[in-house]
Amino acid sequence: MSKRRVVVTGLGSINPLGNNVQDTWDNLVNGVSGIDHITSFDTSELPVTFAGEVKNFDANEYMGKQHARKLDRSGHLSIHATEEALKDAGLDLEERLGSNVGIVFGTGIGGIAATENAVRTYDEKGPTRVNPLAITQLMPNSSTGQVAIKFGIEGPSLTITTACAASANAVGEAKNMIENGIVDMVVTGGTESGTTPMTIAAFAQIRALSTKNDSPKEACKPFDKDRDGFVMGEGSTVLVMESEESANKRGAEIYAYVTGYGATTDAYHITAPAEGGAGAVKAMEKAIEDAEINSSDIEYINAHGTSTPANDKNETEAIKTVLGEKAYEVVISSTKSMTGHLLGGGGAFESMASILSIKHSKVPPTINLNDPDEECDLNYTPNNAVDLSINTAMSNSFGFGGHNAVLVFKKS
Amino acid sequence: MEVNEVFEKVKNLFVEELGLDVDKVTMDAKLEEDLEIDSLGIVEVVMAFEDEFGIEIDDEELTDVATVGQAVNLLHSKL
Repeated sequence: MSKRRVVVTGLGSINPLGNNVQDTWDNLVNGVSGIDHITSFDTSELPVTFAGEVKNFDANEYMGKQHARKLDRSGHLSIHATEEALKDAGLDLEERLGSNVGIVFGTGIGGIAATENAVRTYDEKGPTRVNPLAITQLMPNSSTGQVAIKFGIEGPSLTITTACAASANAVGEAKNMIENGIVDMVVTGGTESGTTPMTIAAFAQIRALSTKNDSPKEACKPFDKDRDGFVMGEGSTVLVMESEESANKRGAEIYAYVTGYGATTDAYHITAPAEGGAGAVKAMEKAIEDAEINSSDIEYINAHGTSTPANDKNETEAIKTVLGEKAYEVVISSTKSMTGHLLGGGGAFESMASILSIKHSKVPPTINLNDPDEECDLNYTPNNAVDLSINTAMSNSFGFGGHNAVLVFKKS
Repeated sequence: MEVNEVFEKVKNLFVEELGLDVDKVTMDAKLEEDLEIDSLGIVEVVMAFEDEFGIEIDDEELTDVATVGQAVNLLHSKL
């Protein structure tokens, strides 16, 4: 039996660049940074004082305090992004989506802020004063469950926690579900709101974060010689994916086809990428094979491009291994230069960026790339967006734990 | 403390802590049906009562509490 073709028919996002897809795209192609000094808590004792925060979003105003209280911020963001994606797909929000629709969400650390708050209450006031909503806020599948409840998604649900590859894995697993005829439609994507004093401190302890506190907007500089770590970000991005047949039957507009998914594991080190990006190479090769294309067909790569010394060097090497001479021609960019690292929400965001690049024939830039590292000698679209007709785009996501997830999107 | 005062305090808690609409919180309002306070919410409400009134409420005492009024009467009887 031939596999069913999978299409994307709806997009929704709330992230440091915008609270909807249109604003996000405008800022992406204009090279705007969404990174700034942290406003949501006091950073005076922290070694890192900036991040990519979602701005002008009040959950109480959006969903009412009575409902907002039940969710962690990562949940608020995912409900917001899902609502936009479902509307964009032309679905009726008053109707339950039902059992022919699944949900696959990715998150790196779930409701970590709720965990921290509950521990603080426990220490200060004892066990009988711990918030009874703590568990349902902090569990990593909280957003998955809350989105399913809100929109009546009754098909299979999965929550994937493969760190910074989580929502790329989610999109890939959603593709598998639809291809294999398990359901006709999957609401997929990811969410993360893990910027807290503790996570900043802990990431800083392992020297993973940029410490350019004086210039937050210029701090995230993937592939640049002066890069010194990633920048934490928050946000949720949701894709409505369905079989081509289902989209045609509904008369839904198709953004792009999801044609390739490759997932591998380094099995090497819990944070460092394998030498030469060996696991990443295999994931890219598998995605290309799954998409039934040649590596030379790829016109745009939305890189993982975290701005850490190790990732950008290894990812560059991996792209060279997979694409050979073509690696020097392919157009690459890291949208993390503008959003920061959305962690478990990153793969879905970057899927969206790849899909919109295909749709608009335009590639967002890698900003802050002024002095390229000698070891990073490919075309990373420095500082200005470029016009490019794209039929095939690839998105890379790699996570702590050694998880690699690569996706291929096609125009037709 | 008069029943009326207890009710005013309860109403404030429901509005301030739980984000409920002030007009909905009447003595007759059913906790689950009218105010959408589910089983998790009840635990929160009890915690808030205990802190506000400096009392302890056992789970068994809640068996017959289905309305705001019944909660107010329970609290009043314990003060």
